[in-house]
Amino acid sequence: MKMRLTFWRLIFLALVVAGLYATTIRFTQGLGRSTNLSDDFPWGLWIGFDVLCGVMLAAGGFTLTAAVHIFNIKRLRPIVRPTILTAFLGYLLVCAALMYDLGRPYRIWHPLIMRNPHSVMFEVAYCVMLYTTVLALEFSPIVLERFDMQRPLKLIRAMLIPLVICGVLLSTLHQSSLGMLYLIVPEKLHPFWYSPWLPIFFFISAVAVGLAMTIFESSMSAKHLGCQLELSILQELGRVLMVVLWVYAILRFDDLWRRRVLYATLQPGYEMYLFWLEIALSVVFPLALLLQPRVRASSNGLYFTAVLVVLGFITNRMNVSITGMESAAGRHYLPKWTELSITGAILALGFAVFGLAARYLPIFVSEANAVSAGAGPETTSTAAVARLSHAGN
Amino acid sequence: MSKALLYDATICIGCKQCEVACSQQNKLPYNEAIAAEPKQSEHKFTAVLTQGDKFMRRLCMNCQDPACASVCPVGALTKTSTGPVTYDAAKCMGCRYCMVACPFKVPKYEWSKLLPKVRKCTMCADRLAAGQQTACAEICPTGATKFGERDQLIDEARSRIRDNPGQYVKHIYGLNEVGGTSVLLLSSVPFEQFGYPSNLINEPVPMLTFRALSKIPDIVSLGGILLGGIWWITNRRAEVAAAKGRKSLPNPKGQRTQWGGKQ
Repeated sequence: MKMRLTFWRLIFLALVVAGLYATTIRFTQGLGRSTNLSDDFPWGLWIGFDVLCGVMLAAGGFTLTAAVHIFNIKRLRPIVRPTILTAFLGYLLVCAALMYDLGRPYRIWHPLIMRNPHSVMFEVAYCVMLYTTVLALEFSPIVLERFDMQRPLKLIRAMLIPLVICGVLLSTLHQSSLGMLYLIVPEKLHPFWYSPWLPIFFFISAVAVGLAMTIFESSMSAKHLGCQLELSILQELGRVLMVVLWVYAILRFDDLWRRRVLYATLQPGYEMYLFWLEIALSVVFPLALLLQPRVRASSNGLYFTAVLVVLGFITNRMNVSITGMESAAGRHYLPKWTELSITGAILALGFAVFGLAARYLPIFVSEANAVSAGAGPETTSTAAVARLSHAGN
Repeated sequence: MSKALLYDATICIGCKQCEVACSQQNKLPYNEAIAAEPKQSEHKFTAVLTQGDKFMRRLCMNCQDPACASVCPVGALTKTSTGPVTYDAAKCMGCRYCMVACPFKVPKYEWSKLLPKVRKCTMCADRLAAGQQTACAEICPTGATKFGERDQLIDEARSRIRDNPGQYVKHIYGLNEVGGTSVLLLSSVPFEQFGYPSNLINEPVPMLTFRALSKIPDIVSLGGILLGGIWWITNRRAEVAAAKGRKSLPNPKGQRTQWGGKQ
C-alpha cells in the first residue's frame, strides 16, 4: 500500500521530528536547557497542559462507562469504545509527559515502595497507575475481539462491573486530587482560583468536559468515519451538560462571593482578563448557547458548544497552574519552544494512534451497524461483529 | 526537645561569615561573585541580604510542620525530631511539588544538571546529630544567629523585644507562621521588606490538604456502595423486564444488555 503525503500527515511528521529533536535536548542537556522552568516557576506547560488538561480530557471515559454500565443508559453504548480509547490514550500520554517533566524519570516507580500517604502527589501517583491499569483492562476486549481470543475475553467480561466501579472511583479521586494539589498554596495561588473547593471544581468541570468530549468525538467520528450518535442522544448529552455547567457556575460564583473576591474580578488587570476569558468560554457562552432551543436541537450547535466548553476548561487548568501562580512567583512564564514541541509531538502521536486504532480495531461499532457490517468490505468476521452487541462494552 | 535558630537582624553586621561556613559545611562553591548574589539558590543555601544599613538572613525555615515534607510523595523530605528538615536524594524522583508547596520558596533545583537534586539548608542535621550547633551559629561573630532550644529562644526573643521595644518590630517571625518554624527572626524593619511573606496562615499548611485527603476513605467506601447499589437496581430492573419478555430471548446475558431499563 502506498502512503500518500497529505497535509495532515505532513504536519504530523513535522511535529514528530521537532519533538524528537527536543527530546534529545531534554535528555542530554537537562531541564534547565530544555525548558523555561526555574526556581521561581517549577511547574510549567508539561504539568499545566499535558498532565492537568490531559487527565481532564480523558474524563469522558469514566462519565460514559458510569452512564452505560452503572446507570444502564444503553443508548450511549455506541460511543463507549471511542471514549475509553480516548481516556486510555490520554492517560498513556500523561505518563509520557511525566517522563519528560520528572527530574529523574527512571524513579517514577518510587511511590510503589516509598509511601507518604499524607501527600496529594502520592495519591495522584497511585490514581495514575491504577486507573491506567483499569483503562487498559476496559480497553482490552477491543483488542481481544480483534484477534478472537475467547478465554481472556470471558474473564474480562466477568470482571466488567467491578472494573467500571473501580474506574469511576479512581477517576473521581484523580480528577479532584489534581485540584487538591493546589490547596497547600493559599498564599501563592491568586484568589480568583484558590479556593477550598478546588477539588470539587476540578471534579465537576471534569464531568462537564467528559460530556463535551463525548459530543465532540461523536461529531469527529461522524465527519471522518461516517458513524455518529443519534441526534436524540446528542441532545440528551447537551441537556446533561447544561445542568452540570449550571451547577459549576453557581458553585464557582457562590465561592467567589463568599470569599469576597467577586468585586475584585472587575478590577482591570492581567489576572482579570484571563479569569473572564476562562469564565466566558467555559460557562457564559456555552450556557447562553444551550439555553437556545435551536442550538440544543442541532448537532452542529452542540458540537460548537462542546468545543467552547473544552477550550474554556483548558483555560481554567492553565489559569490555575500558570496564570494564578505568576504574581506570587514575581515573573511571567512562557514555555520554551522545546516544551511546546514536545507537547505538540505527544498530542500528534495521540491523534495518530487514535486514527490507527479506529481503522484497525472494532472501535466504532454499534448494534445498528453491526448488522450491516456483514455486507461491508471489512474483513472482520460477521460473527465477531455480531458478538459485539453482547460485549461488555 | 526541638532545636532552633534565632536570628536577630539588629545585631547582624552583614559580614557573611555564615554564608562562608554554610558553603564549607555543605561543600558548595563560594567566591566573591556568589557572595554578591542576593538570593538562595542550588549553590547558596543561606543569603545575607542588605538594604542600606539593615540586614536580613534567608535560609530554610525548617518548619515545625513542613509543607515540603507533607507533599513529598516518596518521603524524601523528613522533619526530624530535633528540628532539621532533611532531604534524602536517593528517594527523590524530581516532581518538584516541594518547590511549589513551600510558603518560603526555599527548595531549589539543580536545573542545569542531567540528574538534578533538590537543594536546601537542612539546619546542619549531621552536626546536630553529633551534638554540635549549626555551622552558621557557631561562626557568627556577634551572636546574631543563635542556636538553642526552641522554647528558650522564644523566651529570649520575647525578652529582647520587651527590653528594647523601640528597636524591634513587635513580631517574632516564625513563632506562629504556618504553625511555627525552627528558625525565628527578629528585625527592626518589616519582614516583608526582605521577601518574607506576610500573608501566611498561622495553621500548619499540611492541614489544608490533609483535611481533603482524609475524606478519601469515605468517598471510596460510600461511592463504592452507591455505585454498586445503583448498578444492582438498574440491573435488577432490566432482569425483571427481561423475564416478562422471556419467550423472545434465548440467553440471559443477552437479555441484560438488550433490555436495558430506560435510565
